[in-house]
Amino acid sequence: MNFKGKDIVSIRDLSREDIDQVLDLAERMIPYAKGEIFTKALDGRILANLFFEPSTRTHMSFSTAMSRLGGRTMEMAHPSMMSVAKGETLTDTIRMVESYSDVIVLRHPHEGSARLAAHFSSKPVINAGDGAGQHPTQTLLDLFTIRREFKRIEDVKVALVGDLKYGRTVHSLAEALTMFGAEVTFVAPANLQMPRETVRQVEKLGGKPKLTSKLEEVIKEVDVLYVTRIQKERFPDPAEYQKIAGVYRIDNDLLREAKRDLIVMHPLPRVDEIAPEVDGTEHARYFVQAFNGVPVRMALLLLVLGGEL
Amino acid sequence: MKEFKVVPIRNGTVIDHIECGMALKVLRIIGVSGTNVQSPVSVLMHVPSSKTGFKDVVKVEDRELDTKEVDKIALISPRATINIIRDFNVAEKMKVSLPDVVKGIVRCGNPSCITNLREPVEPEFTVESRNPPVLRCIYCDRILEDIAEHLQ
Ligand SMILES: Nc1ncnc2c1ncn2[C@@H]1O[C@H](COP(=O)(O)OP(=O)(O)O)[C@@H](O)[C@H]1O
Ligand SMILES: [Zn+2]
Repeated sequence: MNFKGKDIVSIRDLSREDIDQVLDLAERMIPYAKGEIFTKALDGRILANLFFEPSTRTHMSFSTAMSRLGGRTMEMAHPSMMSVAKGETLTDTIRMVESYSDVIVLRHPHEGSARLAAHFSSKPVINAGDGAGQHPTQTLLDLFTIRREFKRIEDVKVALVGDLKYGRTVHSLAEALTMFGAEVTFVAPANLQMPRETVRQVEKLGGKPKLTSKLEEVIKEVDVLYVTRIQKERFPDPAEYQKIAGVYRIDNDLLREAKRDLIVMHPLPRVDEIAPEVDGTEHARYFVQAFNGVPVRMALLLLVLGGEL
Repeated sequence: MKEFKVVPIRNGTVIDHIECGMALKVLRIIGVSGTNVQSPVSVLMHVPSSKTGFKDVVKVEDRELDTKEVDKIALISPRATINIIRDFNVAEKMKVSLPDVVKGIVRCGNPSCITNLREPVEPEFTVESRNPPVLRCIYCDRILEDIAEHLQ
C-alpha cells in the first residue's frame, strides 16, 4: 500500500503485506535510530505530539524518531490544562493543530478518538493509544521485536501472560501474531482471561490458541513470554491481587525451566511482573523492545509523510 | 372477507412480524406515547404467526413512516414488514432492511467512546450480521450490546 497521507488508527487497517512493508523499512532504520548514521529525510517537517494522557515511552520515542529523521516536534504546553479542561472539543483541537503541522500523533483517554481525529484531519493521524482502545505502533514494535529475534514470526510460540481481558493492545497483538502464523497461548487467571470475541477472532484467522491459567504448563515449550501488567484495580480484594500477582511473576526460578533462547517481553512500565534479577539474563528483551519503538515509528513517519532516505 | 382481531383501518400502516416483545419499543420509535395521537393505534402482542411462531403487530391509522423510523424498526426487528393500508387494503408492502452502515440512529453503548462526548459527529456503526443485528462502532470498535436501549 502507498502509505503517504494515510492514518494509522488500528492495526486491523493494515494487511500482512502492509505490516511487512513497515517492518522491512524499520529494519533499515536501525542504524539511524541508534545515531550511527544521519539523515535529513524529513527536514522541515513538523510532528504535533498531542498527548492528553501521560506517556513516557511512546511520547519520547515519537519525538526521537522524528528528530532522527531530521524533522521537528511540536508539543502541547499544558495538556491537562488545555482543551479538555477548557471544554474545547477534540475536533476543534484537531482542526487547529492540523494547520500547524504535517503529521499528528494522538494519545487520548477516550476510545475512538484517533478515528475521530483522522476523520477531521487532512494530515495523517497516528494513534498513540486511545484509552482502552487501539495502540497500533505498540503492536508493530512487538511484531518487529519477535521478527528480529527469530528471523520470522511464523511458527514462533508466543505466550501472552497476565491481564488479557482488559487491554485491547494485547487483543490486537494476539490477532496480528496469528495473522503472521505464530502459535499463541493465553496464560491468565480465569477472571482476566482473553475475551471470547478475541479467541474467536484468532480462530477465524486460523489459529488454535491454548488457554490456561498455569504458567508452568507452557514455560518449557514457548519461545516468547509476553508479560503484561495485572492491575490492582481489577481485584476488589487486595489479598487476592497479591496472590495472583505472585503466581504470574517471572523470575529466574521459573526461567530455569525455559528454552535457552526464550525471550521475555513486556510493553513497560513493569511493576512486579518481572523480577529485576531477570534483567541481566539472556532472556530479557523488554529494553530492546522499547528501543525498537524508535525504528518502527521512524518507518511509519517516513511512510506517511512520503519522505525519501 | 378478512378476519381481524381489531377494527380494520381505512388508511394507515400495519407493522407486522415484529419480534415478540418489541411492540412497545416500536411505539416508542414511531413516537406514540398515548397522549399525542389523534387516531387509534392498536397493539397486538404475542399473536401466532405462520413464519416465526409468535409475533407482535402494531397498527397506526392515518400515518405513514419515514425512513429513519423504518431503519430503527429494522434494528430491533429485522424480520418486520411494513404494510401501507389505503382504503382498507394493503397498498404497499415492504420488508424493513438494514443498511450496511447505520448512522445517527443509535448511540454507542461504550460510555468512554469519543462519540458520547460533545464531539460534532454522528455515531456510526458497521453491520456485522443481520439477524439478529450486530453493530460495531466505527470509532471505538466495540460491539453494541443492547441496541433497543440505545436508539436515539
Ligand atoms: N385494513 C386493514 N386494517 C388493519 N389491518 C390490516 C388491514 N389490511 C391488512 N391488515 C393487516 O396487515 C398485515 C398484512 O396483511 P396481508 O398482506 O393481507 O397479510 P400477510 O402479510 O400475512 O400475507 C396483516 O397483519 C393484516 O392483518
Ligand atoms: Zn463507540
